[in-house]
Amino acid sequence: MTWRRIVIAVGLAGLLALAAAACGGGKEIILATTTSTQDTGLLDELLPKFKRESGYKAKVIAVGSGEALAMADRGDADAVLAHAPSSEEELVDKGSVVNRQLVMHNDFIIVGPANDPAGIKGMKSAVEAMTTIADQKAPFVSRGDDSGTNKLELKLWKKAGLSPQGQGWYEESGQGMGATLQITSQRGAYSISDRGTYLAQRSNLELEVLVEGDPLLLNVYHVMQVNPERFDRVNGEGGKAFVEFMVSDEAQEIIRNFGVEKFGQPLFIPDAGKAESELGLE
Amino acid sequence: MDLIWDGIREAFRILGTGDYSLWEITLRSLFISGSAVAISLVIGIAVGSLLAFNEFPGRNLAFTLVNTGMGLPPVVVGLLVAIMLWRSGPLGQLNLIYTPLAMIIAQTIIAAPIVTGFTAAALRSLSPRLRSQLYALGASRLQMLWLVLWEAKLPLLAAVMAGFGGAVSEIGASIMVGGNLAGETRVLTTAVVLEVSRGEFAPAIALSIVLLALIFAVNLILTTVQQQEQRS
Repeated sequence: MTWRRIVIAVGLAGLLALAAAACGGGKEIILATTTSTQDTGLLDELLPKFKRESGYKAKVIAVGSGEALAMADRGDADAVLAHAPSSEEELVDKGSVVNRQLVMHNDFIIVGPANDPAGIKGMKSAVEAMTTIADQKAPFVSRGDDSGTNKLELKLWKKAGLSPQGQGWYEESGQGMGATLQITSQRGAYSISDRGTYLAQRSNLELEVLVEGDPLLLNVYHVMQVNPERFDRVNGEGGKAFVEFMVSDEAQEIIRNFGVEKFGQPLFIPDAGKAESELGLE
Repeated sequence: MDLIWDGIREAFRILGTGDYSLWEITLRSLFISGSAVAISLVIGIAVGSLLAFNEFPGRNLAFTLVNTGMGLPPVVVGLLVAIMLWRSGPLGQLNLIYTPLAMIIAQTIIAAPIVTGFTAAALRSLSPRLRSQLYALGASRLQMLWLVLWEAKLPLLAAVMAGFGGAVSEIGASIMVGGNLAGETRVLTTAVVLEVSRGEFAPAIALSIVLLALIFAVNLILTTVQQQEQRS
């Protein structure tokens, strides 16, 4: 009879699942965001506060900024936190997202092995560094996933007048920043990362910061809500609550202090209320 | 080598303390994959007995389809289910995307053909005389089905094992339709991926140990039951 009992037990589990799912719901929003905000752990700090303040539980879908914005463009998310300014502006112009606001910034860095075979260490110009990597045919790992970081990288290649796709030394990981840094480290290759993800993972990586400080390497995060007037099923109130929370004093304070204790320096610099031009954005 | 030893040592510490929501994630994995296999078993028995006991045109094609289904790539299942369940998709108004139920649906689509294939093969291998004897004894259709399934209980157990193994270790569909949400749809496999991408190898190792232990435990129970049945 043991067999029958197992069948009954498994069957009951199935019914419970359906019942539990049917009772779900409540105040929730879907937040589409870049991998860096999740991989650094920043959202783990922010979201419990957001829930307490607003009552909304944020369902975080951490993907590249490209996919996050594509979700917004289909109405499959309520709020977006991304770092691909020019693509974001396209969505604003299209009317898919509204209420776009500056949240924070850090910077991108070019990382590579400590022995730096291409000899780019200390270069002030990111474009010059990329050109040198290409000249030396030094291995380079790209995100290749249409994320904000990937878009920036492609912009740098374009400015250098190069198109490395398909060449032997150039590889596309198709994964998030954390996974891409692992691959880069394992291969002794070069890559571009946001500083936050790099700092959060530095202890597991054999990579050093080789180029930094070029204004082109600024990494700016904006929050925005998906336009509820354009998509029926979008939670307009929830999206608005999230935008307001991200620029609130409380959230900005959390961002300011995030990572100081663990990494000895902040991973992000809060920017709410600043004008875009103060950051030197085009 | 440090990474490996430190990782394993830290993993055992996590196993002891249950940090990183280890046990909660484990229970969720069991619950979601168990539910998917339970539903698959119902589908598997219905479709499997239909295929095994009836002669009809296209039966070979049906068998081929089931066998193809046994090798369905989970990531394809995930994409199809996600497209259907996205708010912008045809079933968007159900609000099922990024819920455990969406994961149960996807895992059922993955596990059901496996269970069906095993069930059909098991029932086909029974002696055809068994059914005519049962009919002769005056069994109703339902009684007959129950008795035949009872005869095939051991291969059916194998079907459950294979289905559960497929569902619980699957990742592509779970991450796409579940979204890997902490406290809601994060299961063992998706949690491993997240921890690795965060560079946190110790919890990833701990979660992997639990996943292996889970599959081992389920198979141990089922195998023990099988052996007891064989003895009696």
